[in-house]
Amino acid sequence: MALLKVKFDLKKRVKLAQMVWLMCWLSIMAGVLVFSLGLFYKIELHKRSELMDNNESHFVPNLLIGVGLAACGINAFGGKICYDSLDSSKFTKWKAVLKPFLFCCLLFNALLFFTALLCFTMRIPLQFILAEGLKNSMKYYKDTDVPGRCYMKRTVDLMQMEFHCCGNKNYKDWFEIQWISNRYLDFSSKKVKDRINSNVDGQYLVNGVPFSCCNPSSPRPCIHYQVTNSSAHYSYDHHTEELNIWKHGCREALVSYYGGLMNTIGVVVLLVTVLQVGVMVGLQYVNTSLSTLVNPEDPESESEGWILEKTVKETFTDVITKMKAMGKGNRVEVGTEKQAVATLS
Amino acid sequence: MVWAKMKFPFEKRVKLAQGLWLLSWLAIVGGALNFCFGCFLKTEIRRRTEVMDNSNIHIVPNTLIVSGLAAIGINYFAGQICQDALDVGRFPRWKTFLKPYCCCAIIFTSLTLIGVILSFTMRSSLEGSLQVGLRNALRFYKDTDTPGRCFQKQTIDHLQMEFRCCGNNDYRDWFEVQWISNRYLDFSSKEVKDRIKSNVDGRYLLDGVPFSCCNPSSARPCIQYKLTNNSAHYNYEHQTEELNIFVRGCREALLSYYTALMNSIGAGVLLLFLVVLASLRYLQTSMEAVIGQENTEIETEGYLLEKNVSETIVEYLNPVMKLLLLNQVQDGLVKAEAGAQPE
Repeated sequence: MALLKVKFDLKKRVKLAQMVWLMCWLSIMAGVLVFSLGLFYKIELHKRSELMDNNESHFVPNLLIGVGLAACGINAFGGKICYDSLDSSKFTKWKAVLKPFLFCCLLFNALLFFTALLCFTMRIPLQFILAEGLKNSMKYYKDTDVPGRCYMKRTVDLMQMEFHCCGNKNYKDWFEIQWISNRYLDFSSKKVKDRINSNVDGQYLVNGVPFSCCNPSSPRPCIHYQVTNSSAHYSYDHHTEELNIWKHGCREALVSYYGGLMNTIGVVVLLVTVLQVGVMVGLQYVNTSLSTLVNPEDPESESEGWILEKTVKETFTDVITKMKAMGKGNRVEVGTEKQAVATLS
Repeated sequence: MVWAKMKFPFEKRVKLAQGLWLLSWLAIVGGALNFCFGCFLKTEIRRRTEVMDNSNIHIVPNTLIVSGLAAIGINYFAGQICQDALDVGRFPRWKTFLKPYCCCAIIFTSLTLIGVILSFTMRSSLEGSLQVGLRNALRFYKDTDTPGRCFQKQTIDHLQMEFRCCGNNDYRDWFEVQWISNRYLDFSSKEVKDRIKSNVDGRYLLDGVPFSCCNPSSARPCIQYKLTNNSAHYNYEHQTEELNIFVRGCREALLSYYTALMNSIGAGVLLLFLVVLASLRYLQTSMEAVIGQENTEIETEGYLLEKNVSETIVEYLNPVMKLLLLNQVQDGLVKAEAGAQPE
């Protein structure tokens, strides 16, 4: 009892081959799309690798790139098979290859599905990587003279301006670290000495934030020093002031950006998986319909096509018995060897 | 003696027609993009009329819209001609149409070329427009409570951050405008009163710039107030300080951006038109030899001009000259008659 058996005459076979050929070409374009999305994600990760402490894993974008290229290759091959399937002389050379090729397709579809799942779950490790990375980048903000960290200030400033955020969890993170380098502090000034003495670690902490935290939509010129001191500025109350600087933290902003990107890529990969499964099913029908011709000499004869020769359960037990037979075969050989050794001695 | 002769066997003719058909569809897409860009530019200019001083600037998006529509029309016909070119039965009906069509396309291409040249000369008027517009924008920076100007501050801040520029000519323009609104000035403070009294117009001017002038690539935290006062900041000398704030003026930044944009678009469009024209001419001339022949798969020759360049120019100018000469001959006859009458 075959699974989903369909009768085929020549016209139907031709239509099937054309449809599968078209689907193969669509899948090739989808593979190119997945490849470019993987490349884009890799570049985005690389752009902000400093903020992630150079710790980010490039496994997912590399997998996407590989899967995209593999999809292009597999579907090009499938398209060629479809093209040749209408000509029985050309098709004979593909007959032997088709079954293992379809098995490869099945494995590839499983890989695609796994990739999609990975994309959706990437958000969780990203959160931890970003928390650690942002903390360090704020710490190294002032080290513009240390080789390897001299562009940290620029990266953090550009990130805060682009993502409309300030600090790690919120803007108050800047109050807890020294972000003004000692090179620009006048140590002979009383004010500086007082501030440093009042701090346990001898750090110069201010209740101010860098200029990149400023919100351009604010109606008044930006106040980014003495932010919590309402009396230092005319007509300013830092409790009610909303538009002056960005209040949200950059961790939240970056996680939602990368999370959104990964969700989109995951959805695209899922759709590609569905398309790829369609291609595989179509190829199986092409294969079976051309191998069950009633009259092999006459190309216009009728044939039948199916997805599985027996029902799912029977196919499954068949595969298990085959594997067991392979295992038993080894054991039988070992048994005969032992007997041979026994008879010899 | 033909100009730019090329041999065309049947396969090559087919390939030429197919390639030209594809190219004409690409050009239609390009024309549509041109049209959309023109519409977009028109709405953008309408939105920012506050910064734009001159209403003559509308000629730019209008030109883009017209050229986009014309490109769509011309290339649609080119595509149709290509489709019919391979079918000898359908090609003759285009025969009479092709010569004036080619002339039209050449005129249009030269108009585009003139347009590109004009856009270079209009650069000075764009510059003047930007000069006045930016000056006004800087003046209205503080008016975030005045309806119609409340987004000026946000616009200028975004502009300075995006184009990495400060002020009109350079950052010193900010020293000459009051960019801090009176709402945020404590008029009871001695410092504020002194500063306002020391200025003729009673404005609060200071040697500082808004935060959007700050350069993120600077090694030190941004210094935006008391810029010219070296002693106000530790280890700071404003004459040698390069990276603290953006030194370029926004007029120069905007001008170079738009010039680069127009150059690349203009060059691209022109190249596409020339390629389409040349291919169409080759297709027409190579197909003309096939018409009336029994075997459509023969090899033919295609050329760009029937005679060489100077002869073709003379040939086209002759009708024009005849028109003028005719007038001269008529004048001569009239004079002869007038001369004959009094006698």
